[in-house]
Amino acid sequence: MKLRNVVKKNSYYDSATLMLLSSKVGEHIGSTKNVAVMMASDMNKDIMRASGLLADEGAAASPNDLVFAIRAEDDAAIDAAMALAEEILNSRNTKMEQRETDVVKTVEDAVARVDGAKLAVVSLPGKFAAREVKKLLKEDCNVLLFSDNVSCEEENQLKDLALEKGLLMMGPDCGTAVINGVGLGFANKLRRGNIGLAAASGTGLQEVMTLISNFGGGVSQALGTGGRDLKEVIGGKMMGLCVQMLQQDAGTQVIVVISKPPAPSVMERMVEQLKQGGKPTVVCFLGGEDMADSGNLHFVHTLEEAACKALELAGTGRPAELRAGHSSLADLARQQKAVLRDSQRYIRGLYCGGTLAYESMLMMEEKLGGVRSNIALKKELLLDGTAPSAGHTVLDLGDDAFTVGKPHPMIEPALRGERLMQEALDPETAVILLDVEIGYGSHADPASVVAGEIAQAKAELEAADRQVVFLASICGAYEDFQDYAAQKAMLEGLGVVVLESNAQAAELAIRIVS
Amino acid sequence: MENKLFEEKMSVINLGLPSFFESVKDQGAPCVHVDWRPPAGGDVRLIEILDRLRELG
Repeated sequence: MKLRNVVKKNSYYDSATLMLLSSKVGEHIGSTKNVAVMMASDMNKDIMRASGLLADEGAAASPNDLVFAIRAEDDAAIDAAMALAEEILNSRNTKMEQRETDVVKTVEDAVARVDGAKLAVVSLPGKFAAREVKKLLKEDCNVLLFSDNVSCEEENQLKDLALEKGLLMMGPDCGTAVINGVGLGFANKLRRGNIGLAAASGTGLQEVMTLISNFGGGVSQALGTGGRDLKEVIGGKMMGLCVQMLQQDAGTQVIVVISKPPAPSVMERMVEQLKQGGKPTVVCFLGGEDMADSGNLHFVHTLEEAACKALELAGTGRPAELRAGHSSLADLARQQKAVLRDSQRYIRGLYCGGTLAYESMLMMEEKLGGVRSNIALKKELLLDGTAPSAGHTVLDLGDDAFTVGKPHPMIEPALRGERLMQEALDPETAVILLDVEIGYGSHADPASVVAGEIAQAKAELEAADRQVVFLASICGAYEDFQDYAAQKAMLEGLGVVVLESNAQAAELAIRIVS
Repeated sequence: MENKLFEEKMSVINLGLPSFFESVKDQGAPCVHVDWRPPAGGDVRLIEILDRLRELG
């Protein structure tokens, strides 16, 4: 094998673009482990060194330089990979040049160019993000801060500054919002309506808002707070403002709040605020203790139930499909169980969406117990992402352990492939449980990626004279550009059972192994 | 101060992933992309010093 580093001096690209590029070139040469295209920061050089991809040229590069590190059979293969990498980058540059009139150099220039209410979407590297967000807030911009690696101290400072001005500062690590019908970050094309949502969870928000839209309801606004907002250290600052804005919004008649259980002091304040507002409100504290409905507040356990309850309160009515789905799960479970051997006893959940993984883990933990996971709540059930699964296992593949130097699996679901094959070939695996995310920001055709992987796994399983049950749910709106129906048909064509919601898919998996 | 975001026409400013800019444009909403580069060669210490100097000046 030959290794080559090519350095482009003073050539900046954001890490997400480069990770996606590395992954595409890696696929082209047959191994994503043999390609890294990165800015030459010290940390990135360490990553390349650890993977044996750093040569002298790369080591000598400075943080403003771009390094292509490629290892392949021979020079010709490296040349071809380099050509592909350059072609992808050039096509991106051409695309941005075509939009030239809407591209500016600084925040100040941008603010001067826009009118009306301003909202900034910030997905810069975490260490630079707070500085730019501060400038934006000072210019009276609402902010969706997608970046992670922003400290609690910075988060508090930014949120305090935002609250002084009555501005939204959603995040850090806020993946999704839909405001005035415009999807921001990872978002979906929703029907507009009278249900407003506020969530401290990205895919949790996407699941509920798309179910609402798919089943005849509509969304007024969908806001995110960032996952840390309801912890003691931040104190629910942004959830407070999000709820207040939804309570005051004439277009919002029903409110849905989604999060993991808040810190007790935050929960008390939040419940009081929701009660005071008077609007019918659905509260989904995933994994929280049972709470009795009281006045205008309705407490639910799953994301699907949050959508159903909101549809009921909004006057659309509970969706018949979701209800019917539950009653037929017993039959479906019986059919699927018939293909399994006695030794196949376990569920393996392989998730791109963090909150969906979390929801399945909670449901399985309640009904089956002992569910291992890289996001387990009990220490003894924590599974290192790189360790093989054991018993019932749910993995959040978007967790840092899997994504160092790689794009998030919602952008590049191919990262799941290797693990999917590993789980399929484990003779104890009965069910492989998956999510497929569509919508703005997500992969353009995620079902075809997972379908290819499932087809490969099925071929191997056939040789071993064994079958595994594949269950999936599509987190997305029927109107999303990837075409929900086509994505579903592609999976069903391979024998994958596709359910209307993640909660149903998890419930079916549980019934199959029970 | 009351936030009028839900009542007014909204303009989006994008800093970071170009794909987020593309998807807002595709939805027909006004959007400006900031072609952001790390200041001071990405040296966080130096950026802090420059910011401090600017505040003083």
